[in-house]
Amino acid sequence: MTETAAFTPPTRFAVPGRIAVSGQTAARWRTATLTEIRRETARAATFRFAVPHWAGHLPGQHLMLRLTAPDGYAAQRHYSIASAPDDAGHLELTLDHVPDGEVSGWFHTVARPGDTVQVRGPLSGFFAWPGDRPALLLGAGSGVVPLMSMVRHHRARGLSVPLRMLVSARSPEELIYARELGAETTAVFTRSAPGGAPVGRVASAHVAALLAEQPPGGWEAYVCGSNGFAEHASRLLVAAGQPVERIRIERFG
Amino acid sequence: MNVTRGFTGRPRADHPGLPPGQYDAGDDWPVLSAEVTPDLTPADWSFRIDGLVERPCTWDWEQARALPASAYDGAIHCVTSWSKFGVRFGGVSLDAFFDVAQPHGSATHAIAYSHTGYTTNLPLADLTGGRAWIAWEYDGAPLAPEHGGPARLLVPHLYFWKSAKWIAGITLLDHDEPGFWERNGYHGRGNPWEEQRYSGD
Repeated sequence: MTETAAFTPPTRFAVPGRIAVSGQTAARWRTATLTEIRRETARAATFRFAVPHWAGHLPGQHLMLRLTAPDGYAAQRHYSIASAPDDAGHLELTLDHVPDGEVSGWFHTVARPGDTVQVRGPLSGFFAWPGDRPALLLGAGSGVVPLMSMVRHHRARGLSVPLRMLVSARSPEELIYARELGAETTAVFTRSAPGGAPVGRVASAHVAALLAEQPPGGWEAYVCGSNGFAEHASRLLVAAGQPVERIRIERFG
Repeated sequence: MNVTRGFTGRPRADHPGLPPGQYDAGDDWPVLSAEVTPDLTPADWSFRIDGLVERPCTWDWEQARALPASAYDGAIHCVTSWSKFGVRFGGVSLDAFFDVAQPHGSATHAIAYSHTGYTTNLPLADLTGGRAWIAWEYDGAPLAPEHGGPARLLVPHLYFWKSAKWIAGITLLDHDEPGFWERNGYHGRGNPWEEQRYSGD
């Protein structure tokens, strides 16, 4: 007996990949030159890079970044790409300053324009959003980073496909990209909110309101944040009727 | 070598168990899964081996638990570059399941699939010879749902995306077929010691 047909799992398939990723592109390390640093919040800053011959990316994709010490030791981390696709060979990362962070610590205390690092990617087509389907974005903290790439892409291309974003931050001061958020975004504050606005975590009412305005074909949900947030937000979505196979999750472990 | 100006890295001791490009996550055990954590109880759980085997078999929770217990003590390695040492999983060696199902001589590869529909591909040789487990305990306690409980595949000598959470079954094939992350750009085998992270590595 020989099975020749392609394997199909006997259970409902978790969201299939969207975008084929080029192995050759993803495998190659490139030199990225830091061109600009912008402060976003007390803890987060955006780092802009010029990356010659970068293959381009789709909103939601990430890259792997590598720093190398003089003795040859290298530290590498995955980071979501914050910027919209840019044909001019630039990309931006927004990094939290993690306490004792080996890589984020270098970025926040040492890095300056002109420095070079190595990057490879873009990686993973799973969380990518090319702008083709209605997108419901739920993020917390720095989980807003890949989602903002989608929002920026939506604006830059003048897309008409529906897009809504729900972001959670501890306070207005810690809300990354606060100045850029528009009518597509609802912000929820967990510790302190401006002028008598309610304080609390993302709740079923927030999610129900978004699912109530169901676009034709339904939402594709993208959830990004800590594991605790991802578990909470994805459960709210399922409870509100969002199909599990149309929820994509990026967890910042 | 592209030295990064001003970067020294954190103080480090040579750890013989740390594959290249990895760091020691210490007590952390990051959760990385792309799908919603399923509500899966032991009563809902089953595990099947089929495809190129003499006897396709399905075990329920009690039947699987009745097989000889086997533990793994050691390290695990995630492609996102953390490794974790001194982990202890309890479960059953996959060999015990294969002893019942009896793979055909023509079987060369496997697709492991989860109760959520996640898939990952492995050479059959990576699943036999005491190198792979169905695990339901971590550190002496039931495996947490977000880490794949009630039961997950455990193939600790490969990057951890091969160790499918919420394992539902393994289908043996006479050819290799990419699974979920492999279709999303990740390597076909995923050996941490050779840094097989992405297709093309």
